[in-house]
Amino acid sequence: MATYKLQVNGKTLQADVEPDTPLLWVLRDHLGLVGTKYGCGIAQCGACTVHVNGGATRSCVYPVSAVGNSQVITIEGLSEKGDHPLQLAWDEVDVAQCGYCQAGQIMTAAALLKKTPKPSDEDIANTMHGNICRCGAYHRIREAVKLASTKA
Amino acid sequence: MESVIKNSRRDFLKMTAITGGGLVLGFNWFNVEAAPVIVSDAALAGNIGFNSYLSIATDGVVTIMSPNPELGQNIMTSFPMVVAEELEADWTKVKVLQANLDNKFDRQLTGGSGAVPHSWKLLRTAGATAKAMLIQAAAKQWSVPESECTASLGYVSHRSGKKLSYGELAEAASKLSVPTDVKLKDRKDFKLIGSSVRNVENKKIVTGKPLFGLDFQREGMLFAMIQRPESFGMKLKSVDSAAAKAMPGIVDVVSFKNNVAVVGKSTWQVMKARKLLKIEYEKEGDIESTDDHNKLFLSLMDSGTATVRRKEGDVDAAFKNAAKVVKGEYQCPFLSHSPMEPMNFFAHVKPDSVELAGPTQTPARARTQVAQLLKVPEDKISLELTRLGGGFGRRLNNDFAVEAAELSSIMKAPIKLIWTKEDDMTGGTYRPAVRYRFEAALDASGNMTGYKLRGVGINAGNSTRENNFPSGSVDNLLIDSVEHKSPITTGAWRAPITNFLAYAEQSFLDEVAVAAGKDPVTFRLELLEKAKKSPAGPVRYDVDRMIGVIKLAAEKSNWGKNKNVSQGFSVYFSHASYVAQVAEVEMQGSMPVVKKIVAVADCGQVVNLGGARQQVMGGIVDGLGHAMYSKLSFKDGAAQQRNYDSYRLIRMKEIPEIETHFVDNGIDPTGLGEPALPPTGGAVANAIFKATGKRLRSQPFAELDVFKTVI
Repeated sequence: MATYKLQVNGKTLQADVEPDTPLLWVLRDHLGLVGTKYGCGIAQCGACTVHVNGGATRSCVYPVSAVGNSQVITIEGLSEKGDHPLQLAWDEVDVAQCGYCQAGQIMTAAALLKKTPKPSDEDIANTMHGNICRCGAYHRIREAVKLASTKA
Repeated sequence: MESVIKNSRRDFLKMTAITGGGLVLGFNWFNVEAAPVIVSDAALAGNIGFNSYLSIATDGVVTIMSPNPELGQNIMTSFPMVVAEELEADWTKVKVLQANLDNKFDRQLTGGSGAVPHSWKLLRTAGATAKAMLIQAAAKQWSVPESECTASLGYVSHRSGKKLSYGELAEAASKLSVPTDVKLKDRKDFKLIGSSVRNVENKKIVTGKPLFGLDFQREGMLFAMIQRPESFGMKLKSVDSAAAKAMPGIVDVVSFKNNVAVVGKSTWQVMKARKLLKIEYEKEGDIESTDDHNKLFLSLMDSGTATVRRKEGDVDAAFKNAAKVVKGEYQCPFLSHSPMEPMNFFAHVKPDSVELAGPTQTPARARTQVAQLLKVPEDKISLELTRLGGGFGRRLNNDFAVEAAELSSIMKAPIKLIWTKEDDMTGGTYRPAVRYRFEAALDASGNMTGYKLRGVGINAGNSTRENNFPSGSVDNLLIDSVEHKSPITTGAWRAPITNFLAYAEQSFLDEVAVAAGKDPVTFRLELLEKAKKSPAGPVRYDVDRMIGVIKLAAEKSNWGKNKNVSQGFSVYFSHASYVAQVAEVEMQGSMPVVKKIVAVADCGQVVNLGGARQQVMGGIVDGLGHAMYSKLSFKDGAAQQRNYDSYRLIRMKEIPEIETHFVDNGIDPTGLGEPALPPTGGAVANAIFKATGKRLRSQPFAELDVFKTVI
């Protein structure tokens, strides 16, 4: 066990966990931030995506010991009032079916828009290809990313 | 009836003391004998004999309880829309709450695309009754005839211009007797129904609020994972848990049935410790592999004991006298449901009660199963329904809920049981694997005079749908099925049986049309005309509705008119709805690529247009993805695909354009959670045949030669 002081959503949060604990489980079990989802546990589905220093990161395979002083942003911290352009677009396009993968989808898209504010359709498809939506809401995910990019 | 109302009135008086006013109506809207009555406070409704309800608070907020498990079918939005339509509510003031399990609900489950069809009239009656009472209250207050008052957007208005809000009227309305003969709206006056209304949970979903079973937490709960036999047909022999128990955070390791459960203080600690278990298993039943199944399919097709499902006319004579006979076989693999949220459940077995919480499609059954297991009366068990991170039929089974309860009773502690994705994929209740053989007899004019179908399934039960089209349209017909019993567990998977039967049947009918020298659409329409004019035995589908979707799909897709693409046709009736699809395939080099799918659905009245499109598009993506890429194979009783790295699901770059249309015929809703999925595999396979001349005889298509050519 070791004590980690993590920079999460602009706050310093402390967790006493083993060094190999994936960031996902630190967030969910120890910090009460359950918006980041457990899907596959092997970085294949993207449900656990968070930002580490702005980059989209699969938290299910990212050990807490590697976080250091990096800034971690989760879906809960993406915007103060839930009004990030992507969150608004997700509502406007009415993307979610079961909704389980959507936090990861949004975090992946948010990292894309930060780097590439006006992504092409190909940019969107290439980036979002890593996130599985078992309900098959891909058309609306694509549309919502596009919409958000026009409003950001 | 009168006494019920009197009792209810007393209950209502209690409520005014509790909440300070408002109208609360309880509607037994999941029971055919709907009897609207005034009930007390929302929290008490379940205790005094009423099922679900709507309430109007003095501030005008309308609260509607949503009883069915929500797994993405959007029932939390579509149910309240129907109530609000008849109530003439202001949608912006409607609040929807997920109801927990209440043993007075008649159909508190998610499955079979049945929720809206089942509740349609009752939901409407609920809204219309409340509206009538609000109008009556206003008319009384103004001393005017009710006929001079109208309701709209949360207000009752008089023709003089006077206006009162529902909130202002709620308390007075609640003191009136409940009318039993309210008039429902004419569908031409629908404002909400048929429009696109956004998911009421969107805000919570996009901000990461705890909604799902896996997010559920209780002070002091322990985390648990179970190691189950990896091979079907094996059972637990011995466990050495010393190393696992010695790991940090581990509270205990316990065995029950074939399970070895690791219980600890956090998910990760439990996950790690479980890997250190040393478990021996021994043979309990047959140990089967996919190779064995492939051999069984062929042998049972000819020699198996078949159960006759439907027989018409003289099939032998029809085939003997045929000018041409067409035969085709099709095979589908096992599939995992693999919803994004892995199986999980919370259970706290206390000395005098049991608390359950989590994602299940069948909460009442979960409670019954736990009651039987623990020998606890059902009324001592509560079940809190969380949102489901997908279901697809997997959560019709409550194995995970029963495991959680059993473990909690052993540990005497609150337990959150979590399955990993690997546990889920290797743990069963799969879509069964099936092989079909179709035979058709054609006369000299290309009419189908005989039809035979045999399904050979592994734990598939009846792998046919003997009364579906083309039954009724062929004079001589024999449909039977052979079943192989296997230790590999199977269950319902979105659009059970039809999710693969439709692909096989619609591919075969395409083969027959080609052999008969007929256009696939014309061929189907001819058969349906025959079913209409001189049916062969009972016809258990609506011929006109099927003709309707076929014709509209042909029109919307410019069937046969666009020579630059290869089109494939498919139509299927399932869960009381009709869906026709046209897939368009283009060759990119020597590789066929599905570019577009046009879908026409007749699900009766569309409730939420946006949600309905979502169900159709999602169903098509689901149907296409699994037909193209997914399979679960077995070696020595163990699933060979264990996670998304080896079990392939469709992803964004693989989706075609999808166009959706709905038949507007005013029929009451007939369900849409599943019916769009079955036709997709056949439409795609037929389009690929058109493009390449190759029949796609098995799924997943991506493994077939036609996709193996590298450009």
